[in-house]
Amino acid sequence: MTLLIQQFINGLSVGSIYALIALGYTLVYGIIKLINFAHGEVMMMGAYFAFLAVIVMGMPFLATLIFSMVLAALLGITIERVAYKPLRKAPRISALITAIGMSLFLQNLALVVFGATPKVMPTVIPKQPINIGGIQVGTVTIVTLVLSIFFMIVLDRFIKNTKPGKAMRAVSEDKEASVIMGINVNRTISITFAIGSALGALGGVLYSVAYTQIFPTMAVMPGLKAFVAAVLGGIGLIPGAMLGGFIIGMVETLTKAYISSQLSDAIVFGILILVLIVKPTGILGKNEKEKV
Amino acid sequence: MLKVKDIDVFYDKIHAIKQLSFHVKEGEIVTLIGANGAGKTTTLKTISRILEPAHGIIKYRDEDMAKIPPHQIIDLGIAHVPEGRRIFSKMTVSENLQMGAFIRKDKREIKEDLEMVYKRFPRLKERYKQIAGTLSGGEQQMLAIGRALMSRPTMILMDEPSMGLAPILVEQIFDIINTINNAGTTILLVEQNAKQALEIADRGYVLETGKIIAEGTGKELLQNAKVKEAYLGG
Repeated sequence: MTLLIQQFINGLSVGSIYALIALGYTLVYGIIKLINFAHGEVMMMGAYFAFLAVIVMGMPFLATLIFSMVLAALLGITIERVAYKPLRKAPRISALITAIGMSLFLQNLALVVFGATPKVMPTVIPKQPINIGGIQVGTVTIVTLVLSIFFMIVLDRFIKNTKPGKAMRAVSEDKEASVIMGINVNRTISITFAIGSALGALGGVLYSVAYTQIFPTMAVMPGLKAFVAAVLGGIGLIPGAMLGGFIIGMVETLTKAYISSQLSDAIVFGILILVLIVKPTGILGKNEKEKV
Repeated sequence: MLKVKDIDVFYDKIHAIKQLSFHVKEGEIVTLIGANGAGKTTTLKTISRILEPAHGIIKYRDEDMAKIPPHQIIDLGIAHVPEGRRIFSKMTVSENLQMGAFIRKDKREIKEDLEMVYKRFPRLKERYKQIAGTLSGGEQQMLAIGRALMSRPTMILMDEPSMGLAPILVEQIFDIINTINNAGTTILLVEQNAKQALEIADRGYVLETGKIIAEGTGKELLQNAKVKEAYLGG
């Protein structure tokens, strides 16, 4: 029983990282209907930024987080401006291929700049586990969970209550009507990329703290799983990305603990296939009907 | 107030608007009537700068609109009630109305205007928390008009506000347009419902395949033989 609870908490924690990354996919998809395959690489760059902040500049953990998130936000804005904006009126497949290209470009850029040898993330959060009523939980696990949930709440408030947040919702629903309302669509898209990328970087930092290694292709698997999470919850839907992330994290952790650690990835991607067959719009997705 | 001069608009290679010129004076209701595909919606979208004219000039109060980015057209005082209403269907009624006041910062006045819109459209008040996509067609049209009013416009471009509505609601929408105009807002109205549009309009233009083929006061056009035959059912 204790083991189950421990695994449960681990699952939540891993899931919260997937949820953070999945939010980036879903926000961008919601606003420009693009699966930003370079999003995982933003997460990877976020981890490198954090590494630099800690090793070179000796920043404390929270400052590291903010540093990495801000740089990643700028990176996200740049990617959109350089690679996607010129293709906004092109067929969707062009932007998708560009996204894959951007992903490869960033991986290779990291390879050139940081080298192929994995960097080891220093211990920024104490390693010793916390004991809660006989259940041993890693400090990293708890910190990850708390930080992720905190930023998800911030995001939710931002989208619901602030002007840029409302503009994001409006643009994702109807660009033309948004322009008529006086919303600067380009700026709103930039803000969306900034937020998605910052959350991705947060996920990347937490991931690298948990798994300690940083390397150019580190984001391939978690990026894909987060994408699966976004699709599972319903791509384009913010609560969907969160729900999907937690489900994927939980499934992966519990599979590793009770079935087979080799099979866990197969099961995660099996879920994607299943969702696409049974309910392509995802758990929270609706087939929208038009009203006359 | 609004001057459109010799504009040409293309969709790819289709020449949708040809050398179109017309004007709207302060306080008027001016209507553009014509069949499907005549270029009415295209004209409004070009004024809103959603579409770019290939040639020609559009001036609002002597300001060349070509220099203004599309999202700042509303700052000039021009609101647009688009074809098909285009409300934000996932937002609530009150959020939709607030989107209409997106460019404004005067919170207290926005609140007053919100009350004014609710007073004019009591149905919207009853449903202010409801998701807009669940409203009926008539309610959605009222929401689209209410949303436009929230920017305190000096001029409203209305694109087929009566489309798809029951006759009794059409009557109501035209009454509302009249009331808004009486309160001092200039209106450029695009309609397929030619008879009713001409009845409330000060002046009208008849559009056919991107060109103006007739113009005059509402009354004149109602009597015009060509107009009668083509648009008023003989």
